[in-house]
Amino acid sequence: MITKIKKHIPVILLLSPGFILLLTFVHIPVVKTIYMSFFSTPKGRKPSKFKGIENYEHMFSDPIFWKVMSNNIVYAISTIPSSIIIAIIMAQWVNSKLPGRPLLRFAYFLPVVLPLIAVGNIWLFFFLPGFGLIDQVGSLFGFQNTNILGNPDQVLWGIIVVSIWKESGFYMIFFLAALQGIPREMKEAAIIEGANSWQMFYKITLPMITPTLLFVSVNAVITAFTRIEHLFTMTGGGPNYNSALLLYYIYENGFEFWDTAYAITLSVLLIIILSIIGIGQIFLLDRKVHYQ
Amino acid sequence: MYSFYKNINIIGAWLLGFLWSLPLLYAIWSSIHPIEYQVKFDLFAPLTLYNFENAWSQAPFARYMFNTFIYVTMTTSCQFILCSMTAFAFARYEFPFKDILFGLVLIQLMINPEIILIENYKTIKFLNLIDTIPAISLPYIASAFGIFVLRQAFKTVPKELDDSARIDGAGALRILWHVYIPLSIPTFLAYGLVSISYHWNNYLWPLIITNSEETRILNVGLAIFSMEESGIEWATISAGTLMVTAPLIIAFIIFQRQFVESFATSGIK
Repeated sequence: MITKIKKHIPVILLLSPGFILLLTFVHIPVVKTIYMSFFSTPKGRKPSKFKGIENYEHMFSDPIFWKVMSNNIVYAISTIPSSIIIAIIMAQWVNSKLPGRPLLRFAYFLPVVLPLIAVGNIWLFFFLPGFGLIDQVGSLFGFQNTNILGNPDQVLWGIIVVSIWKESGFYMIFFLAALQGIPREMKEAAIIEGANSWQMFYKITLPMITPTLLFVSVNAVITAFTRIEHLFTMTGGGPNYNSALLLYYIYENGFEFWDTAYAITLSVLLIIILSIIGIGQIFLLDRKVHYQ
Repeated sequence: MYSFYKNINIIGAWLLGFLWSLPLLYAIWSSIHPIEYQVKFDLFAPLTLYNFENAWSQAPFARYMFNTFIYVTMTTSCQFILCSMTAFAFARYEFPFKDILFGLVLIQLMINPEIILIENYKTIKFLNLIDTIPAISLPYIASAFGIFVLRQAFKTVPKELDDSARIDGAGALRILWHVYIPLSIPTFLAYGLVSISYHWNNYLWPLIITNSEETRILNVGLAIFSMEESGIEWATISAGTLMVTAPLIIAFIIFQRQFVESFATSGIK
């Protein structure tokens, strides 16, 4: 036994710093989050008490929770397909022989490196009623003034546009790599066979980029549930929670209302969503392509 | 017909490129012109640096910049050390429960520190580190992505090099330092770029865990500055935004190819 342990001493030494940190900031907090979701928020000297599933009952009867969830689902369903389609178009353009390709690639990729919290400021100005850029340009064509971020029915779309702008360039580079991996002979053969560009895309490009498509989709779902910085500068989740997303609501409950028990309960839901995506990723994607 | 499609593509590509760079172009425009020219696009509008001076004087950007620099350097260098050790064990040693342990590492790809922010906040409070720069860094240091890409890189190092070093009696850390790390420099660079831009962009966790000027990073400082009730002029906010993003934009212009390639390697996660 002792000799067995001795044999593994280098491994233990190499792994322990990393695992101490992972345990401290990932594994234990996840377990504690789930455990604490059955307790109440400690108030002053009153320690937290076991409450069973009361927090979950509260969550399911909270109309704001349902609003936030439906926002997040609408947000995911609208941002993911559009940013992926734009990313594929961008990749095709950057991969073709268009003039000024390096500059185009630069422009498409730029939003990826810019902090969303900072560019949120500029977007906020674009959306400003009357004075903002959208209305200024719109008025040249005789359009009425808009108030997208102030309108409960439109505010989510403003956030969606910013997200598509931010993410498309990131997904583009994966599609670009996939496009460059398509053998030249395949395309040449298709041209000789007389395929038009639509057939070419449908019969050759699309099947060849399918693994990338799956990978990017999984990534996009994670992003749709975890990237919320633009909410802070642009809307603060408002008006009346019409642009709030799940993680934002978690933050707000935890650090603005100090209802930590409720924030933790909401986190459990987010952990479940992300775990389903994670498990789906392992089963869906070809392990060989993506993990080895 | 063919050239018609080609022209459509050129116009489309450039139109999209213009739309995509519009926020940055606009920020540049509004920050270098007087307030009267905010939405009056006159080529001969007078230029000014007033907005930058104004932004600079209204918030301690120098301090924020310094904090950000410390935070980003600290995080990335600790990640390098810690992730190479963990990655080395997974790449070149056989031990029980190896797959399960690696699975436990990969969980961090899905569950990053922000998702469990309440419990992480409690941990940092317990460690008595609230409102310190190490507190911003700590949860990110054992990075699953870093461990993953470095493990991939270490696996490609020829085993013979490793064996001959072992025969010479070198210990694990020395082999890692003298054989594996020098042969994986490109991976370190790529991972470093991704990590630097991730942390330069980070917001939610730094917002929660810091609450004073001495520890605040640029993103948090800028958000507080631009959300002030008093209503700061747009031109000033644009100038502040540009100052915050300038280091990243300049780095991106210089290392454009490396940036794109490094982000592409993050695809293997």
